[in-house]
Amino acid sequence: MRLNDEEQDILAGKLGTVPQQALQHQIAVGDFFGAEDFVPVTQAHIMADTESLGEAGVRWLEGLAATTEGRRRVCIPTITDPRGTDFSKASYLGQAPWMLDLERRAIAAFMKLGVTMTDTCINYQTIQAPTRNEHLAFGDTGVVIYSNSICGARSNFEGGPSAVSAGLTGRTPRYGFHLNGQRRATIHFRTEFTPTSLNEWGALGALIGRIAGNYWAVPVIEGIEGAPRSDQLKHFGAAMASFGSIALFHLVGITPEASRLADVASADLPTHRITRADVGALQQSYRKEGKVDVVVFSAPQLSLYELRALADLCDGRNFAVPLLAITSPQVKPDADRMGFTARIEAAGGTVMSGMCFYQSYAREIAEAKGWKRLVTNSAKLVNILGGYGYQPMLESMEACVDAAVSGSLS
Amino acid sequence: MSVKSSVFRARHAMGRSVRGIALVANDGFSARYDLDRIAGLFSRPTHKLTGQSYVGRILVLDTAKGGVATAWMLHEMQSRGMAPLALVFNSVNPILAQGAALGDVPMLAGFDDDITAAIPNGAELEVDPKLGVVTILR
Repeated sequence: MRLNDEEQDILAGKLGTVPQQALQHQIAVGDFFGAEDFVPVTQAHIMADTESLGEAGVRWLEGLAATTEGRRRVCIPTITDPRGTDFSKASYLGQAPWMLDLERRAIAAFMKLGVTMTDTCINYQTIQAPTRNEHLAFGDTGVVIYSNSICGARSNFEGGPSAVSAGLTGRTPRYGFHLNGQRRATIHFRTEFTPTSLNEWGALGALIGRIAGNYWAVPVIEGIEGAPRSDQLKHFGAAMASFGSIALFHLVGITPEASRLADVASADLPTHRITRADVGALQQSYRKEGKVDVVVFSAPQLSLYELRALADLCDGRNFAVPLLAITSPQVKPDADRMGFTARIEAAGGTVMSGMCFYQSYAREIAEAKGWKRLVTNSAKLVNILGGYGYQPMLESMEACVDAAVSGSLS
Repeated sequence: MSVKSSVFRARHAMGRSVRGIALVANDGFSARYDLDRIAGLFSRPTHKLTGQSYVGRILVLDTAKGGVATAWMLHEMQSRGMAPLALVFNSVNPILAQGAALGDVPMLAGFDDDITAAIPNGAELEVDPKLGVVTILR
């Protein structure tokens, strides 16, 4: 990679060992992908729940944080993805003390590095929405795909170590979706069905992700009617990223880079047609009638509007099985203030914040609580939890609440 | 084996040279979605390698899937001696590259042929990132 004077100084250790180590990591990744140079970034977002870090990852962070020589604090706004727990609900979830100890250690290390603990995967809704052409180093695939596609910003998937590094150096290797050429569509979809519910938007995103199939694919989609809402596109993008590792899509006439198909696509792209039946079939493939152990709304964290809709469905109900609704630390106080939390919890539900279900030791929670058959309206969550020993099912928010009341799916 | 090429060149490479046994499937890879990292097994029921151990094997797979957690998890798996020996993929995403860099897992990606069809399961391989090649030894 070509380094400017400042980067050569960082690499030579003139700013200390922490930025030096960060730049070395970034160069290894940049060289792998053939990046020619670095691009300055304005924000970094770190995925760093301790289930992913483990003891080794926490020690790595503590090593950076314990450095006293040179600069060790981040030099751009650097925020965090959900943590591995909501400390106030940890005992309810059956989380062990060692998990909470790891979390506390990771948080302490991040604070020493100057990281702002936002603990959210919906920062584009709650902290600061990226702007068009803004170069970013964002983690969490749902955050990246929304920022790239809906906001027209520019980020690769930056895993925890790389996002930490970007926060410390204020830059990232210029490859992938930072480059104009990589943002052109590679695969065309025509949908004959415009979803309304969040689970259907997730299922549509899942189908496109599955077909597109890898990080370097960029789907362009025609056929969406009207103007989708932020929460709908949130579920659509999060599912596409989860099922296909996709980081950027274009909706013709809707997203900023694709006023017309020709803006992002050549005429000879392969085309796939998607119908209402396809979306229904994806959801049906997860459906198993009978007993339900737990209902979960999470992945991505819920917006204030989602909590409002959920509260409306909970009025006058009495849950037979646990119902969890997980939001961000920014939304939770508003949900409390508006009475949404109280209405959900009056029916027997639990509202949590600052975590996300699959990032919170889901396998150990399953064992501690005896939860296996899980119903959710998140296609992303359904995709992830199969590997954690759950039998996840994808249903509408209304059907999820009904299942919490009856304790079964029929 | 002798009629076919046994040396495959990758467009992207990182890490040190290793020799080991291939575990091959035409399927994706995500440390969070697909693995029981404590037991060292593929655990996702629909994965083609479900139930098989990846520890110390050279994983030959199609592409990286899923989320960003793999960037931490390879490092964590390596710290317990429960990581794959190397990764040889048709294509990877930044997360796998970041994870391999932090976790010191040698990796090759980007081949002219489908590498999961070219390398037999159980073959003994040499992965040489400096030269950017994987060689079937036997």
